[in-house]
Amino acid sequence: MRFPHRLAAAALAVGLTGFAPLTAHAQNAPATATTPATQPEQYFPLQSYRVGPYAAGGTGFFGGFIDYMTLINSRDGGVNGVKLTWDECETQYVVEKGVECYERMKTHQPPPSAWNPLSVGIAYAMIPGVTADKVPLITIDHGRTDSTDGAVFPYVFPLLMNPYSESSAIVNFIGTRVGGDDKLAGKSIVVLYHGSPYGRETIPIYQLLAKKYGFTLQQIEVPDPGAEQEAQWLQIRRIHPDYVVLRGWGVMNPVALKTAQKTGFPADHIIGNVWSNSEEDASPAGHAAVGYIALTTQATGTQYPVIQQIENTVYKAGKGDMADHSRIGSVYYNLGVVNGILNVEAIRIAQAKFGNHTLTGDQVRWGFEHLDLDPGRVAALGASGLFHSINVTCSDHEGHGLVTFQQWDGTKWNRISDWIAPDWDLLRPIIEASANKYAAQNNITPRDCSKEAAN
Amino acid sequence: MTLSRTHLTAIALFFVMALAVPFIPSDYLFEAILTPFLAIALAALGLNLLAGYAGQVSLGSAAFMAVGAFSAYNFLLRIPGLPLLLALLLAGVVTAAFGVIFGLPSLRLRGFYLAISTLAAQFFVQWVLTNFNWFSGGDTSGIINTPPLFIGGVAIDTPVRDYLLSLAIVSLLTLLALRLVSGRTGREFIAVRDNELAARVLGVKILRVKLMACALSSFYIGIAGALWAFLYLNTVEPAGFDLDRSFQLLFVIIIGGLASIRGAFLGAAFIVVLPLLLSRAGAALLGATFDSGLVDIVEKIILGVLIIVFLRIEPAGLSALLARLRLDRFFASTL
Amino acid sequence: MDWGFFAGVAIAGLLVGVMYSLVAIGFVLIYKTSGVLNFAQGAMVLFAALTFVSLHEEGVAFWLAFAITLVAMIVLGILIEALVLRPLINQPPITLFMATLGLSYVIEGAAQLFWGTQVHQLDLGIEDVPLPLNTVLISQFDLFCAGVAGVIVAALTILFRYTRTGIAFRAAAEDQYAALNTGLRLPRIWAIVWAVAGFVALIAGLLWGARTGVQFSLSLVVLKSLPVLVLGGFDSIAGAIVGGLIIGLTETLAEVYVGPYVGGGIDQWIAYVIALIFLLVRPTGLFGQRSVERV
Repeated sequence: MRFPHRLAAAALAVGLTGFAPLTAHAQNAPATATTPATQPEQYFPLQSYRVGPYAAGGTGFFGGFIDYMTLINSRDGGVNGVKLTWDECETQYVVEKGVECYERMKTHQPPPSAWNPLSVGIAYAMIPGVTADKVPLITIDHGRTDSTDGAVFPYVFPLLMNPYSESSAIVNFIGTRVGGDDKLAGKSIVVLYHGSPYGRETIPIYQLLAKKYGFTLQQIEVPDPGAEQEAQWLQIRRIHPDYVVLRGWGVMNPVALKTAQKTGFPADHIIGNVWSNSEEDASPAGHAAVGYIALTTQATGTQYPVIQQIENTVYKAGKGDMADHSRIGSVYYNLGVVNGILNVEAIRIAQAKFGNHTLTGDQVRWGFEHLDLDPGRVAALGASGLFHSINVTCSDHEGHGLVTFQQWDGTKWNRISDWIAPDWDLLRPIIEASANKYAAQNNITPRDCSKEAAN
Repeated sequence: MTLSRTHLTAIALFFVMALAVPFIPSDYLFEAILTPFLAIALAALGLNLLAGYAGQVSLGSAAFMAVGAFSAYNFLLRIPGLPLLLALLLAGVVTAAFGVIFGLPSLRLRGFYLAISTLAAQFFVQWVLTNFNWFSGGDTSGIINTPPLFIGGVAIDTPVRDYLLSLAIVSLLTLLALRLVSGRTGREFIAVRDNELAARVLGVKILRVKLMACALSSFYIGIAGALWAFLYLNTVEPAGFDLDRSFQLLFVIIIGGLASIRGAFLGAAFIVVLPLLLSRAGAALLGATFDSGLVDIVEKIILGVLIIVFLRIEPAGLSALLARLRLDRFFASTL
Repeated sequence: MDWGFFAGVAIAGLLVGVMYSLVAIGFVLIYKTSGVLNFAQGAMVLFAALTFVSLHEEGVAFWLAFAITLVAMIVLGILIEALVLRPLINQPPITLFMATLGLSYVIEGAAQLFWGTQVHQLDLGIEDVPLPLNTVLISQFDLFCAGVAGVIVAALTILFRYTRTGIAFRAAAEDQYAALNTGLRLPRIWAIVWAVAGFVALIAGLLWGARTGVQFSLSLVVLKSLPVLVLGGFDSIAGAIVGGLIIGLTETLAEVYVGPYVGGGIDQWIAYVIALIFLLVRPTGLFGQRSVERV
């Protein structure tokens, strides 16, 4: 698998130094090849990151997303005859690069359907812009928690799970491990978080949950990038907690697992969050990762019909995006596929209202806001077991996604829990308070969602 | 007050750049190129005052940009009705005070020892801004969307207005810098840089001059940070002011030319615009064939090679190159 | 005060410090002989680890992969000296520093271009089960690293003290012009130094890579070794070791005992503050011989 990679690299190097036009014409790319003007298009600008410290996440996620769109194009001829097209723009997960990509691609014709940057920082920087442009911004599994309140953030969608729901679901899971939520009282939990806005976002939520369930809580920070965690794990060794929640990112995750082993903390009492849950987080830790548990909104594996179809149609035809085929079915890849499903279904739902032609961003937004995929519909899409369901409304842009937990056996993840629901009712008032504060600071009049529902 | 040719040229350039607005059709040029160019140029100008003129190399400039951005945000948040320009000025003053504190080691250390010590500022400021959410107005996530901006009731909400405001502020501060470096302050800076002992003998107050350089430089960098966050990114986030940004500013002044005001602008043009050109060329030529990651890696290699080649060909920077090419009739001796 | 715990923290801190020293030694070698603060050292660490692990994953035997990578690093070192630094001779140190920054872009890019951006596991076959010593746990792997560092320092000491090349190094480090006058071929010495620095980068890359997994972040380990350099002096190998131990010890103690009171996560910057305070007291660093005014 590496040889073609190097070959491509060499060709690329040659290309940029002068033979570019020849190379570019020699191969006709499947992804962005121009389509005949007769077929309408639906365009997705992709702010991907395939290099830099977080490349593993970017290649998997955008690979899965692109492969799913390729599948829709080749299997169904697009969405109701509307072909999906896209461009990639490399961000390296750097905010200003993401912003430049946004500005570069936002004037594309046909107009962007939705933005999917998979980066909190880039998403934040785009919120005013996409609101003005009236194009939805998708932050699947992450993003600004208070953007769940669609009344204040009409164009932002933290689909499936926001950071608060994630924290609540992890505590609920620990509850099931200790024999019921009532047994949480008196237990001790340490949250080890990445020293960044992302890592710190859930600090008040864990405090709230500790108060509600009566467990003792300590939250310990690991400064970015986290290649060195002796001090933190020595503290954990002294605290001797029942569980450690790992809220990591990038290199911090394998190092946490290795250092845990070094200080004698059992891996099966470490619960990783959504950005500590991939193969790339566990496998570099080797034996130290065996038994490690992590949360996910989408199961791993290739056994789901939709992934099978991607392998059988897209990859058989040589149109697959992943250079490393073994990563098909991995956590980030499957998240990309789920993200593809949600984007495509939002378009399908919007087409039912606005017609089967190229939609504007605002029309796609309407589709997202009425994105209701029950388990039956998920099964029809060939994704039963891949993810549970989603039901987005005007006031709830997260869509009540369920999560599951998986355990690392040294080579792959295995699901070890049912689909678990976070405690949405507990979190909702905090989300609304935060959203309303944002609205006041930014002179936004929240929409009345009871009127929107009638639409 | 008499105006020298230098100032007249700068003012003329300002009018050219302002009057060009209606002739530039695309917002992209303003929001993705010109506005960040101006902010980076201003920050580099500030760094050049410290590193180029006063000879104190800093690797912590991005931290001062962060201080400026977060100060401006907090002034606007906590003092309702505070005019934007006053908030920017106050942000510059706060950053200058910070600069003096972190400039204290420069009284004892020199060279790389000083440069590496400035990394303390870089990491400490990022840590403070990330860890104490008072600075982000109690926002749980630590990333802030900038509030709506107004000047005298006019909303600064379009790319052209962002650009014009940046242009006005940067031009004003550039004129001020030109005056300073051509006057007594500039000569004292250079005296300290070239030979501290001799300067002391000649009666230059080393302590005062060094701290003055720190304060002045930080003032500029702080305002640049606020412009970067408010007028370009629309978001304030500690991670955006990381070590890479500090290195970027150093690249700007090395490539533009140390101890040269116009060097900051030339260098910023090179460092801000070149990667964009590379990236667009790469995307246009090869984007259809190769994934964006590979294209980006090649761009990074080319950028690195260009920097090395450039340092070999013209170690004194674009500013010197311009002078050598005898374009000075128009620019060199004046700006 | 729980002295057993304190001892555990202190030992862990010292062992971490050795890891910082390993990277710092690479800097010292080059700075000592050519006056260049080589920021690309981190990129070289990444390049070495990535090359080794990729070869190893493709089925090349451990020692063969090691040998191939070593040759690659030596070639890289010689190329850097010839193509980047020699043409920039007599430029101010800051220009040379910026050139090595540009170089780090090239090396990082090349590493990812050749070997891709995946995260790799690197298993050196040392099972990291902690050794219990009373109540203190000591990492076997870290002890191994400390041993390797000791061997490297011993080897470099012998090289510098007792071999002809080593004496030439020291002459070049002492006074470049005098060395030139006595007929020493400086470019050749520099090429050798860069090759040795490449070897040190390979060792650091393997040990750090085994700790963290081989990935892009490996190039960031330099940030932890810069305060070590400030503390120990840019031109002293002994300083790099002692500086590393001090930084590792104090930052770990500070994080454990002070961190919880100020919000934690202080070990990113506390190392620089320690180095800074130390320097204000003793501006030439621990073992720095040369005037700090040099730059």
